[in-house]
Amino acid sequence: MSFLDKSHFELLGLPERFAIDADTLQRAFRRLQAAVHPDRFAAAGATERRIAMQLATGANEAYRTLSDPGRRAAYLCERHGAPLNADTNTAMSRGFLMQQMEWREALDEARASRDAAALAGLARLLCDHRARILEEIGTAIDRDHDYARAADAVRRWMFVDRFGAEVAAAEDGLVA
Amino acid sequence: MALLQISEPGMSPEPHQRRLAVGIDLGTTNSLVAAVRSGVAEALPDELGRALLPSVVRYLDGGGVEVGHVAWECASEDPRNTIVSVKRYMGRGLADATRHPSPYAFIDAPGMVRLRTVAGERSPVEVSAEILKVLRARAEATLGGELVGAVITVPAYFDDAQRQATKDAARLAGLDVLRLLNEPTAAAIAYGLDHASEGIYAVYDLGGGTFDISILRLTKGVFEVIATGGDTALGGDDFDRRLADAFVEENALGELPPDDLRRVLKAARLAKEALSTAPEARIEARVSSRGALVSTPVSAERFHALTADLLDLTLDTVRRTLRDAGLSASQVEGVVLVGGATRMPQLRAAVGALFGRAPLVDLDPDKVVALGAAVQANLLAGNRSADGEDWLLLDVIPLSLGLETMGGLVEKVIPRNATIPVARAQEFTTWKDGQTAMAIHVVQGERELVADCRSLARFELRGIPPMAAGAARIRVTFQVDADGLLSVTAREQSQGVEASIAVKPSYGLSDDEIARMLQESFGTAEVDMKARALREQQVEADRLLAATQVALDADGDLLDAGERAAIAAAMRELKTTAQGDDPRAIESRIAALSRGTEDFAARRMDRAVRQALSGRRLDEIG
Repeated sequence: MSFLDKSHFELLGLPERFAIDADTLQRAFRRLQAAVHPDRFAAAGATERRIAMQLATGANEAYRTLSDPGRRAAYLCERHGAPLNADTNTAMSRGFLMQQMEWREALDEARASRDAAALAGLARLLCDHRARILEEIGTAIDRDHDYARAADAVRRWMFVDRFGAEVAAAEDGLVA
Repeated sequence: MALLQISEPGMSPEPHQRRLAVGIDLGTTNSLVAAVRSGVAEALPDELGRALLPSVVRYLDGGGVEVGHVAWECASEDPRNTIVSVKRYMGRGLADATRHPSPYAFIDAPGMVRLRTVAGERSPVEVSAEILKVLRARAEATLGGELVGAVITVPAYFDDAQRQATKDAARLAGLDVLRLLNEPTAAAIAYGLDHASEGIYAVYDLGGGTFDISILRLTKGVFEVIATGGDTALGGDDFDRRLADAFVEENALGELPPDDLRRVLKAARLAKEALSTAPEARIEARVSSRGALVSTPVSAERFHALTADLLDLTLDTVRRTLRDAGLSASQVEGVVLVGGATRMPQLRAAVGALFGRAPLVDLDPDKVVALGAAVQANLLAGNRSADGEDWLLLDVIPLSLGLETMGGLVEKVIPRNATIPVARAQEFTTWKDGQTAMAIHVVQGERELVADCRSLARFELRGIPPMAAGAARIRVTFQVDADGLLSVTAREQSQGVEASIAVKPSYGLSDDEIARMLQESFGTAEVDMKARALREQQVEADRLLAATQVALDADGDLLDAGERAAIAAAMRELKTTAQGDDPRAIESRIAALSRGTEDFAARRMDRAVRQALSGRRLDEIG
């Protein structure tokens, strides 16, 4: 099989699953880059230089995708016939929508009253929530192979992640 | 002609087999060339022992060119024809070039401004090439042979236009560019290898005309740039200009003619340098309108007050870049200062205060970039002399790349700080029924509006099959290579009809323009052009033959007898043709051998990947 058709996991020589060890991933990425990086082929012929660039590009993309849990999960879902379609599929459970509204109100309030403790509390809450969703995703993918359920959880994870960034920005705003 | 020899990675070539490669710091104020000799990187001095070459080019009436110290001496006498700080104009249009007063006669030209000199119109690329030619000649004379290539450094914050212009200048100077290397990264290599460091490092690089800040992670032979920021129009020159402006104002000199302006700027620079070690200095310049020497004292305190906002600008950028990296200042374990302008004591104090630690200044801030580039050049040329003398460099693009969409908005395709090489694709569609062409506008920058970003290229994709609006699927792919240079491809794919186009952004010189410039530089002697074209093809042929031989020796077992014989035949044909004098014939044999080894190259890469992942090679990089 040509390297261009390899999955991110195959390219890095890792088993295809959600649970991944960050150190192992980084070691595999660095080994691969050390072998294929264009700097290794600066004195080679044009063909090898081109292939090196394609492979190094692939290695960077694989690492970027697999090192982020949200991207990694989305990639696995897509490969198993349950693409996220995050742009068009915004359906969320009623309970989750209610929770979103509560969080949003809490953020607005804390921002308005410049309440650093409240912001920190909200950030902790989101962090816990993210960790729980990741566990859910891991179970859905690695144990149950239920990619539709995983995709639903990833969509929620992405929302919480984005919202978490807003909270972090608000915290920065208080410090500045 | 003897073949160039390339050693296997990790094998030690005999001294006479070392391939000569240099690092070149093409600076705003000074340039220099360095090389690894007997295992140590050192700057190569001129015959008078001076390593720094002032980045000044003077065009003489009658066609001569002076470069360096001689030209700098004449900067005030002949300001219009003596080009100082040409780096500021690389890849820049008229609006950018005329932002500050300068003595030059600029000519508006598509993509990049040109300068009118007594020798005719010159592009900043040509001016830079003159500097590179002098450094190349110096290196070849010192090292005693022809260079196989050079690593040329650029500010990390250089955009695509500025990088392409730099590469064009090297080509014009007859240099094979092994890699464009970001200046802070080059400095980090010099420091990291020197100190065997690990951890997070910040490189604060204030050159004559550019400012860069890079945050890197150093671990076991890997230099990984996490984030970079900067300003390609802010440098030590601007500090000089503040002093000059104050001098002009205090003495009510009004608007100065070019020669006076050059003298005042030069005097301001001397005063700035003096203030690095003394509490007070004088700005002294002969002003022709006064017919006399004008002299004003300036205290360090006043200088600091005049330039505090410039320093603050750099510190704001440092903070922003730390935020991009997701790090706080206290997590940085070492701060490296690079560039002559970082000798200013108030700057050292301010940077030290921001990071809460004294900056590292033990390597000469004027030379450290060239030294780092030299060791990288040595590595890229295949001269790794021992195990462990090997590292991996992962750099990033400094500015986001995107496309114009409806309403003059920018759709980002590759975000800033993405590790290179990188490719990303995005799909677009038509907005009119039966639309058969699509205009694609490539921009670089962080802002939302196209008008606020730098325009890199415009091209049209034609031959889209007529369809209802929104039905076509046009996939636009951005590829950024290891030099940080972009190419763009667009392809219609919904109907299986492929219309595809690949562009290099427009400010780069076309092959025709390069040919014309080369022609001019050789005078009208067409025979020189031919000789050069022949030489270029022969060098490429040698390189390909040597690389193919290395590949056969290492991985010949991947081929069956028939494949081996076919490659051997293609090599023999190229060898024979390369001894002739027809560049076109050599070119076509090169293409034939490249095609013939395509499969082999892919198989070798697959093997390299398998070996890398099974950990049998390069374990030291982990």
